[in-house]
Amino acid sequence: MTRLIYFAWIRERIGKLEEEVELPSDVTTVSDLLQWLRGRGEGYEAALQQPKIIRVAINQEHVEHREPIAGAREIALFPPMTGG
Amino acid sequence: MIRIQAEDFDTSAEIARLTSGRGDVGAVVTFSGLCRDEAGTLAALEIEHYPGMAEAEIGRIAVQACERWPLTGLTAVHRFGRILPGQNIVLVVAASAHRQAAFEAAHFLMDYLKSRAPFWKKEHRIDGSTGEWVEAKESDEEAAARWR
Repeated sequence: MTRLIYFAWIRERIGKLEEEVELPSDVTTVSDLLQWLRGRGEGYEAALQQPKIIRVAINQEHVEHREPIAGAREIALFPPMTGG
Repeated sequence: MIRIQAEDFDTSAEIARLTSGRGDVGAVVTFSGLCRDEAGTLAALEIEHYPGMAEAEIGRIAVQACERWPLTGLTAVHRFGRILPGQNIVLVVAASAHRQAAFEAAHFLMDYLKSRAPFWKKEHRIDGSTGEWVEAKESDEEAAARWR
């Protein structure tokens, strides 16, 4: 099982703070994950319709979309950051 | 030292933490980021963060700063939760023997923090409406890229 966590407007559109999911074996990269999630319902589609702008962290470290997700315990999806 | 907290911070106490009891500090640069009222339209900002990663990411940026400049101390404090116009959001304190390292390290830490630390601001409007999530600025990405 992999824990997915959502922040800011991605969290609002999906309607969940986090969830545990069983990832299909053909979901191997961050890009695959974003595509797979979009098929899970309207909220997901609304949140992830522009996958390019979605930032992703695996085990609390930033990753690029081409990177593998093997071994990820926690994957976070969030918009570009606006702290400071 | 990195702290992520809801409560306000005391800038002079944070400076003292890096200077008291030592004689090797010749320069302290502080940066404070405050909540603007956006020409009277903003009631408050709601700052969301990713607990754990926020500390870890600012920590990673701080390690880079310490490797790049000869610092005697470096502090970053970032608040979360509801913040009103005029209140503090973020503090960076960089201490060094000389001013150049302190200025540059504080600037670097802020530029990187803006585009890499997992915080998001939502606006609450004075008319009672919940406004939009603040959009990231291209110029913030460019500011961070300059340090590469």
